[in-house]
Amino acid sequence: MSVSTQNLPPQFEVVDSPLDSQMTISMGPQHPSTHGVLRLELVLDGESVVKCTPDIGYLHTGMEKLFEYKKYQQGIVITDRMDYLNPLGNNLAYVMAVEKLLGLEIPERAQTIRVLMCELQRIASHMVWLGTHALDIGAMTVFFYCFREREKILNLIEAASGGRLTPSYFRIGGLMMDLPAGFERRLKQFTDNFPDAVDTFNTLLTGNTIFQKRTQNVGIISPEDAIDWGLTGPSLRGSGVALDIRRANPYTGYENYDFEIPVEGDCDVWSRYLVRMRELGESLKIVKQAAARLKPGSVKADAPKVVLPDREAMKTHMDALIHHFLIVAEGFDVPKGEVYHPIEASKGELGCYVKSDGGPKPARVHFRGPSFVNLSALPHMAEGEMVADVVAIIGSIDIVLGEIDR
Amino acid sequence: MPEDINRKKQLEEQSATTTDANDAASPLVTVLQSGNYDWAGEIMQAFGEITIIIPRERIAEVCQLLKTAPGLEFNLLSDITGADRGVEEEPRFEVNYQLFSIAKYHRLRLKILLNEDDVRVPSVTNVWRTANWHERETFDMFGIIFEGHPDLRRILLPEDWQGHALRKDFPLRGYEPYSLT
Repeated sequence: MSVSTQNLPPQFEVVDSPLDSQMTISMGPQHPSTHGVLRLELVLDGESVVKCTPDIGYLHTGMEKLFEYKKYQQGIVITDRMDYLNPLGNNLAYVMAVEKLLGLEIPERAQTIRVLMCELQRIASHMVWLGTHALDIGAMTVFFYCFREREKILNLIEAASGGRLTPSYFRIGGLMMDLPAGFERRLKQFTDNFPDAVDTFNTLLTGNTIFQKRTQNVGIISPEDAIDWGLTGPSLRGSGVALDIRRANPYTGYENYDFEIPVEGDCDVWSRYLVRMRELGESLKIVKQAAARLKPGSVKADAPKVVLPDREAMKTHMDALIHHFLIVAEGFDVPKGEVYHPIEASKGELGCYVKSDGGPKPARVHFRGPSFVNLSALPHMAEGEMVADVVAIIGSIDIVLGEIDR
Repeated sequence: MPEDINRKKQLEEQSATTTDANDAASPLVTVLQSGNYDWAGEIMQAFGEITIIIPRERIAEVCQLLKTAPGLEFNLLSDITGADRGVEEEPRFEVNYQLFSIAKYHRLRLKILLNEDDVRVPSVTNVWRTANWHERETFDMFGIIFEGHPDLRRILLPEDWQGHALRKDFPLRGYEPYSLT
């Protein structure tokens, strides 16, 4: 039977031959296991994947264009919406890039709080990864425990910043405001109870034979290939390469913290899983150290032309009022130049490229999203595997479409 | 006394990361200079970052060399991004390559400048496979053509999109009247 293919776009062309057992299917963009609006064009031979072509851009919102029309401080709220599971990491990459251009010195308390909040956010991001990854493979129970723990972290972030998913807590030159009263008590409650939760996850998944069989020897990528494909973060460390930007190019004081870089050498979905599970413990260790280091002090840099003044000072000091008005109405000038600031986000190297021509608006802002790069390696990992394993591999590279499409 | 030495060391480290070209050169700059590469004539240091402007026809060759040369070993390509310097500017476009070395932990930015009437650049997909999507994105957003790229299609915008969205002369809301229907 011949099918007319004249009016179809090339990707839907029907190749129909009795000798050809291959079949092209479209996975997504509404498939729940693609973690958002990702479409994969899969060529299958029986159940094995012959060719996998990711199709992205469904969530493209032109953020990088928008940056060029907004003042520097207005850009922070755009970054929240990129990797929506790790908004504080995005905030940090952006504000640190701008601070590098301005040459600002950030007070110690602000730096410690930045580390603390970023590590909490990393745990929250890993919680969503763990829940959805396990759910994709068929273990539903874990999902609820993960989201319970994430809820506790979101409550802490809400207490500090007022926002749960879009905190915009880090500002150019410091923080939006200091931590609220009673934060340390609530934080301690969380850090005391979290190890029990990790034990629960380990009981449910790590020792689970079905989970092991679904993930071991699946989606293998060798260390050389992983570097060639630009993998970073836990996906690279799951291939036995001990790279962590917090160690390699330390920022905001990470060089002063004692933590390990978990590495697993099996190069498969299982070893990427183990890396992230061990990272939970390391992040908790950093959170505890940061909490112990919190000393009273200012959380804003001493740069009245860049940092908004305190509310109380504004009511009593004329110059504070003038600065407030000028920053809000006209913004601040950033010197000419360009910087690339990389940080270790929960998914890998998140780099922020900012180019300034002077003036209150950037000339170009670009984000190197770890999800974008890690997804480009998916065909390498998925081709030759079973179609059901594609779901496991997507879960193991932990992608967020908001960051891929920007 | 040891405190004084530490303090001095700190100050030296700080000055190495600040923006003055007169400061002591970083180890990477020394390696680059000692190699006597003809493309590494002008090494710019600003904000603690190192930039080299490369003639565009030599980019693939230079990247291959940087990837393997001892002491450099830039085995990870972090990012490729384009930029539009302004409609009136000549050269108008630039392409930035952010290189990183997993062995040495150092970073380098390569920059290519392009005139508007000739936006072709050799592809580096043969050096790093990760360049594939970065180059597609740069093509999509700026219309820069990477010669030798295996699959140079639009990546984020639809296939039938007109124009290149991150060029400065492309309006923020596009050419068509804004409508939700």
